[in-house]
Amino acid sequence: MATTKELRGGAKWALSLNAWLVYFFFYAPIALLVVFSFSDDNLVGRWGGFTTRWYGEFLDNDGVQNALGNSIRVAILSTVISVVLGTMAGLSLERYRFRGSRMFDALLYLPVIVPDVTMAVMMLIFFTSLDDLIGLQITRGFSTITLSHIAFSISFVSIVVRARLAGMSETLEEAAQDLYATRWQTFRFVTLPLILPGIIGGALLALTLSLDDVVITQFVSGPGSTTLPVFVFSLIRRGVSPLINAVSVVMLAASAFLVLLSLLAQRSRGGSVT
Amino acid sequence: MTTAQTTELSPKNLSDANERNKRRQGFLMAFPAYAYLLIFFAFPLGIVVVYSFATRNRFGGTDLSDWNFDSYIRLNDEVLRNILFRSFTLALLTTVICLLVAYPFSYFLATRTPTIRNVLLVFVMIPFWSNFLVRNYAWRVLLGSDGPVSRLTELLGLGETRILFTPTAIVLGLVYGFLPFMILPLYASLERLDWSVLEAARDLGATGFQTLRKVTIPLSMPGVIAGSILVFIPSFGAFVTPEILGGGREVLLGSFIVSQFLEARNWPVGAATSTVLMAVMLASALLYFRKGGRTL
Repeated sequence: MATTKELRGGAKWALSLNAWLVYFFFYAPIALLVVFSFSDDNLVGRWGGFTTRWYGEFLDNDGVQNALGNSIRVAILSTVISVVLGTMAGLSLERYRFRGSRMFDALLYLPVIVPDVTMAVMMLIFFTSLDDLIGLQITRGFSTITLSHIAFSISFVSIVVRARLAGMSETLEEAAQDLYATRWQTFRFVTLPLILPGIIGGALLALTLSLDDVVITQFVSGPGSTTLPVFVFSLIRRGVSPLINAVSVVMLAASAFLVLLSLLAQRSRGGSVT
Repeated sequence: MTTAQTTELSPKNLSDANERNKRRQGFLMAFPAYAYLLIFFAFPLGIVVVYSFATRNRFGGTDLSDWNFDSYIRLNDEVLRNILFRSFTLALLTTVICLLVAYPFSYFLATRTPTIRNVLLVFVMIPFWSNFLVRNYAWRVLLGSDGPVSRLTELLGLGETRILFTPTAIVLGLVYGFLPFMILPLYASLERLDWSVLEAARDLGATGFQTLRKVTIPLSMPGVIAGSILVFIPSFGAFVTPEILGGGREVLLGSFIVSQFLEARNWPVGAATSTVLMAVMLASALLYFRKGGRTL
């Protein structure tokens, strides 16, 4: 820390200027979007007096409401399933060694680094060829979207859970077993409370990812069963409108709420934010 | 039978059995996720590779019985070479800009007191977590012909800005979207920096610039590499940003792949392009893990 003090005036000044410009760059577009969502003008980027009518339209628009409902259902179901599977996988990889665990480790990292366009292509071809290969027809929509979201969320959940487990020794669990706790009791009363912040963090990440995804969902969704981001994306492609401003602000508010929750969860972790 | 029972009592065999038991337990716990990822990830990945060797039939379907390298040969077409080159250039430009902006920024963060640092970091996390589509859309509103940016430049006497639907707008959107991916790993490596080494360099008569070039930058290299990969990969395959801010005029890799599946219906070529994109991604991930990076 002493080093900054040694920095000469010019460099020090440039560093803080750069930092404030970055924050301005991050927040000015978001702030303006929020402002324009209350603008009573049919052009998206022009101020025409205060109104909340675009939010009223948001509530009245059946397409938006339908997509929003789908988004929430997909996000909740895929989060619940990927949290259970991802937590078990994270626990197993951090605490046990078994044949093939190295391979599983690699397989678990892949969905994190595969570009979403590639993942979208994979899921599309997969669901199509299920029909060709074994005659299993899955209607594109809720089920295919949820199955795809679970496929990428498991990895994120298990990474967060493992990060939590990595710094903990097994002594507490061993002590519980020495005191004749059954395996289930040990898990329920010792391990689970210890890793709970990790599980909550993973769950919020999975929720965010599911609520954000456009590309993969667009490939595996069917007519009438899209999620909110895909619906908004198709609206934007047809042209901007003040309604999209309002929907966007609602989506921003939802993610800001999730960030707050995850910060609270991490506070109980008692450490840094990353 | 009796011998088996007696030997089981020896401590060594007891711990062996324990060990086996533990291994089985570990496998059983991992099994559901393992099976899920094999079916819904590894298998689809394999099918994409298979499709990249298949042939497109006259009806836009895919003929799996005719195997060849045609789709890969087509990647060498003038059109596709241009698309690859354009996507590569834009992704590289995005990465370099992010690096140039994020390095001093992360340095600034890492040199604050812990309390201020955490607060500042939270304000980086918020855009990191918020909806990518919405953040791109915000720029669409800002850069529109009647939008605030254009009116500001008019006020300043610079005339209308017309950068929406140009490569500049795409790079701007990509930088906006992926800058946190550069800041976080850079910050993580700068925060761990041993500042006494820097002081030693200064004590030995190095100028500020020499210390930066010979000490700080080499020590923060893992963060530089991690951040660059995390920005380059999604930029290279980006689809949403070019569609919203590029207006689909500038065809890039991501848009090309999507159109091969949803519009042109040439799945083998789309699959081959995805396979190449995946190979680039895997190569960079391996490079990253080789260099000792562990967190993503």
